[in-house]
Amino acid sequence: MSNASDAAATAAEPILETRGLSVDFGGLKALDGLDLAVYPGEIVSIIGPNGAGKTTLFNAITATAPATEGDILFEGESLIGLDPNRVTSRGIARTFQNVRLFANMTVLENVMVSQHCRTRQSVVGALLWTKAFRREEQEIRQRAEEVLSYFGNRLVGYRFDQPAFTLSYANRRRLEIARAMATQPKLILLDEPVAGMNPTESAELTGLIGRLRDEWGYAIVVIEHDMEVVREVSDRVVVLDHGTKIAEGDYADVSMDPQVIEAYLGRDATAAS
Amino acid sequence: MTLKRGAPTRGTPRGQPRVQHGGHRTRIDWFLAILRVTVLIVVGVGLLAFIAQEINPDNPFARWANPDATGLTAAQIRGLVVSGVAQGSMYGLIALGYSMVYGVLGFINFAHGEVFMVGAMTGMITSNKLADAGLWESNFIGSLVFIVVVSIIVSTLTAVVMERVAYRPLRGAPRLIPLITSIGVSFFLQNASVVLLGPASKSYPDVPDWVKAKHTFLQVEGGKILVVVVAAASMAALWYYVDRTKTGKAMRAVAEDAEIAALMGINVNRTIVKVFAVGGAMAGMAGILWGILFRSVIHTTGFLPGIKAFSAAVVGGIGHLGGAMAGGLSIGVAESVGPLVILEPLGVSGVSQLRDAVAFSMLIIVLLVRPAGLFGERLPGEDRA
Amino acid sequence: MSAGATPAAATTSAAVGAAAPPRPVFAQDWRRIARMGAVAILAQFFISLSNMPVRLDGRTLIEGLLSLGYLSLVIVPLAMSHRVGQQVRREGVPYHAAGAHEIVGGALGGALAGGGLSLLAILLANFDLREPLVNWSPILADLLAFGRGTAFAVFIWLVIGAAVGAAAGLLRVLHPVARRVLWTMVLTVLGAALLESLVEDLAEGMGIDALTDWFYASRGGLTPIGALVGAAGVGVLAFVARGRVRKARARIDQLEGSARQRAHVMLIAGTGALLVILPMFAGKLTNELLANVGLFVLLALGLNIVVGLAGILDLGYVAFFAVGSYTAAVLTAATSPRINPELPWFVALIGVVIVTGLVGLFIGAPVIRMRGDYLAIVTLGFGEIIRLLFLSDWLSGWFGGSQGITNIPGAEIFGLAEVAGTDPRSVFYLVLAFCAIAIYVSWRLERSRIGRAWMAVREDETVAEAMGINTVNVKLLAFVVGAVLGSFSGAIFSAKVGSVFPASFLVLVSIVILVVVIFGGMGSIVGVIAGSAVLIGVLGGPKQPGLLAEFSEFKLLIYGALLVWMMLSRPEGLIPSARRTRELHQEEMAQDAWLAGQVDDDDGNTNGTGGTADRSAGASA
Repeated sequence: MSNASDAAATAAEPILETRGLSVDFGGLKALDGLDLAVYPGEIVSIIGPNGAGKTTLFNAITATAPATEGDILFEGESLIGLDPNRVTSRGIARTFQNVRLFANMTVLENVMVSQHCRTRQSVVGALLWTKAFRREEQEIRQRAEEVLSYFGNRLVGYRFDQPAFTLSYANRRRLEIARAMATQPKLILLDEPVAGMNPTESAELTGLIGRLRDEWGYAIVVIEHDMEVVREVSDRVVVLDHGTKIAEGDYADVSMDPQVIEAYLGRDATAAS
Repeated sequence: MTLKRGAPTRGTPRGQPRVQHGGHRTRIDWFLAILRVTVLIVVGVGLLAFIAQEINPDNPFARWANPDATGLTAAQIRGLVVSGVAQGSMYGLIALGYSMVYGVLGFINFAHGEVFMVGAMTGMITSNKLADAGLWESNFIGSLVFIVVVSIIVSTLTAVVMERVAYRPLRGAPRLIPLITSIGVSFFLQNASVVLLGPASKSYPDVPDWVKAKHTFLQVEGGKILVVVVAAASMAALWYYVDRTKTGKAMRAVAEDAEIAALMGINVNRTIVKVFAVGGAMAGMAGILWGILFRSVIHTTGFLPGIKAFSAAVVGGIGHLGGAMAGGLSIGVAESVGPLVILEPLGVSGVSQLRDAVAFSMLIIVLLVRPAGLFGERLPGEDRA
Repeated sequence: MSAGATPAAATTSAAVGAAAPPRPVFAQDWRRIARMGAVAILAQFFISLSNMPVRLDGRTLIEGLLSLGYLSLVIVPLAMSHRVGQQVRREGVPYHAAGAHEIVGGALGGALAGGGLSLLAILLANFDLREPLVNWSPILADLLAFGRGTAFAVFIWLVIGAAVGAAAGLLRVLHPVARRVLWTMVLTVLGAALLESLVEDLAEGMGIDALTDWFYASRGGLTPIGALVGAAGVGVLAFVARGRVRKARARIDQLEGSARQRAHVMLIAGTGALLVILPMFAGKLTNELLANVGLFVLLALGLNIVVGLAGILDLGYVAFFAVGSYTAAVLTAATSPRINPELPWFVALIGVVIVTGLVGLFIGAPVIRMRGDYLAIVTLGFGEIIRLLFLSDWLSGWFGGSQGITNIPGAEIFGLAEVAGTDPRSVFYLVLAFCAIAIYVSWRLERSRIGRAWMAVREDETVAEAMGINTVNVKLLAFVVGAVLGSFSGAIFSAKVGSVFPASFLVLVSIVILVVVIFGGMGSIVGVIAGSAVLIGVLGGPKQPGLLAEFSEFKLLIYGALLVWMMLSRPEGLIPSARRTRELHQEEMAQDAWLAGQVDDDDGNTNGTGGTADRSAGASA
């Protein structure tokens, strides 16, 4: 595993790179000079104790929490200063820690609306009911159905027209991933995708994350607390604590790293003084 | 690797004011930037032209801007400022209610202006009854205290009933719902006044000479001094109430996080009622002051002062009590001085008609330039971020 | 509701069907009666002193029996007593069958409410409060006493209140079918009486006025016999048709695909044909009314895009109405002070669209990023600024200041017809055409990529932005589309009235349009049209009289009350859009779905369901 990712590292430019990325919240440094690289076709897990700055990292990449210092490069181009929607249209999609679907829109609509930045038709097309408009609507719908059918029979058929809030918790998580896929990204950021799921479901989703990379070719960054999942899916694990990277490598290395153990289990009281 | 797209290099200080959504400027950002600059230029040129015409109305710059420039005398300017301050302190008093309710519940109580109107109407009715009984002339101060008490009671009741009937059932609804409801309440109260009291404008009884006449002190009408003093005193009392008493502490706790406050044993409903009551009392007080100063009330009396007071609350930073007062004063002075000091020197005719437009423009400009107001916002937890 | 409580409620829900025996007659909820009675007394005072009874007494409903004025006095006892008998249906708590208990409770509540008027009669006789309360008058006292003195007034109102209250209680005892039939009868009689001028006008146009002359008394109102016959006829009809209407509707709802579409097309075509044919038989007044309603439908459809679809609360919508009117006036009228190209109306319309679009952009750009409630106030400010500018001496060289622009020519339709205020029928047809355009625009946009983006923005702006939607552009687009639709209404308005004044564009107009949209149902095209028809048609617009001209003093009061009441009891509106209903009742619907077993639990995740519904509802709030 580690060899594979090393090979990737030398073969390709990173798809996403942060350089000295810092995010301040009124004096509190949520991220502090973080350097991170993600390579195409790679699954990177970000782990770390609560408040380590994991979600802030996602927010900084997607421009919801503007970086105060440093740079974020996506495919070699800086994302600094872009609006969140521009970041998404560059090819980064995300899910949210506390599932945020458009609860009153139907399952299908949720996935259709997230193709907004990939489609062009505007008011005129809609009003004149042009051929191009109809074709695009057709495509949007097809793509939506295609993405949804990726999750087996869970989100298809009569579910297409059900409002999202009637879905079960696990299905909401799935729909959120589907919504992210529909933006046609190159990189997907998954924020705790299995949080709140039971072991069966989380095992299923773990397999799915791997397939996402294999079949759709996304690079994936996962924030996850479930070590089982982290071990299963990651090519590489990055450990954050207090906004800085304290360890990086494959799962086995990282889980043995004394600094990581310390961050999770706390420092020995005597050693601290 | 080289940095493209002119992105700031690593470590570049990025502290300069950012456009709301990042540094990448869209067309709208450009438009807004141009708008801001235009506003600044208009205000700047207007001020310069005003200064020029004050130095000498025949000065070419002043003539260029406004061929009919006459300039204002010092007394006129002082008069404008004083009216502005007097009116502004009333706006401030009303603004406290907006600010407190917004701070605690996170919605604009659009009907608060009508509470002020109810206060003014109550004062009108009570004072006329007193005048019929002959007490108004014989004991003006005593009567004044009496009508203040009555009007505060009535407007407080109005605010409390309003909360109970219209807003409490909507706690937790999507945030525009209570706003729309409050528009309905405002409409209802205004028109209730029309159908009950008639559509004509009604006047307060005549006030003693010392209120009307200019005082030797500063050449200011006694009424305006009275307004400013009373407003300052009410403000001080409110500050003490909110900052020093247990109830005030509860209010601040609820404003910070209602759920946690409830867990800490604070009766949230009762506290919110008190917030409405206090805001209503302040509006009632402002209503009386309005009546004394302008002596005429009508059902729409509450509308414009209400909107301006809300603007004042925003200008000062909503949820911030001192800010509400400061915002009130700035709106009052701006609308009183602004037309004559900025627009008139630019050759705009009939500027006094544009008073209200100036007040609204000030709200828009503040929200464009500094959306959090002069002193920063204090919002309920969920509205931050 | 917590996750644990839901299944418990589900298991006991089987018990709900069986009603418990009626409660004993005197086991009343005395506190409830007293509380509601007190509210009723206050309401009666308010209604009486608002002059409603006196002002509306001139409007006879049933000759010699009932006037609208007296109806306004019995409506409170009726409503209050009906509510007194209301039981909260709780899962697992037995539901008492209605019986004598309800009738007695209703009578007591009604007597209290009627007693309010008795009290008022006493007060009127003994005190003079005419000073602040302008309607404190002997006329009111006379009306309350039926012209027979205070003692009679005191007695009769207690009796009337109790009788009306008992009747309201009786409604709860009746069998549902009987209740529905009764309601249909009452509503038909009331409707027929209220719509008298409309019906007579149409009947005259169709040459069947002999029939209506029999139903309606010569001095207004239904004849007692006409009312009786009408009620009986409708009652029989309602009894025969019971359940069938609903079945038919259910059948249409069940239609799938093309059959359903065909049904809709037929419905729309039928309505359209009716709207084209109806005015031909109608007189001037009715057509005037229809034209006014149409203008507001157009405005409301425009605001509906902004408020209903994109979720932007625009309180300055009148600004676009004003800009549309003024632009059309300036471009068409020879009397316009500065610029007067005297363009034909349809050419001027292009100018109107461009100017309003630009103004929409100019107002929209600064406000669109503001928080929803700030945006509301700021747009209101913009609306006022625009009116003040039109009014000001400064710009009077262009727009005529308070004098406005007069002598605006009518709209010429390609040389075919001249549409002006003197011919309300042609105005209505013009409005109808533009309403059709507006409906088409709303309908198409809602089902397009743009419409979905509006929905997403309304639901959760942050997420919408993160999903690649440029929220600023999308919202601005809604703002501008709404503005342009509003400006059409303005352009027609100026051609219809023939003059524009700043006084026609008060904030009031914005609020009235908002009430129309909310009353009808935000986001629902049919709802918005129905809202305008009911409110503007019956009560009247800000300046335009409605069918019930007697209401002109009270319509704004009623609008205010209606807005509050709608928000409290039916925020999704009269004819809601399915989506809005979902939004506003998400939690309840999620629970209902849970109880009905519709929520999928194939993931073995049943425990989490209730909890997550709460969580997402909390997040969207």
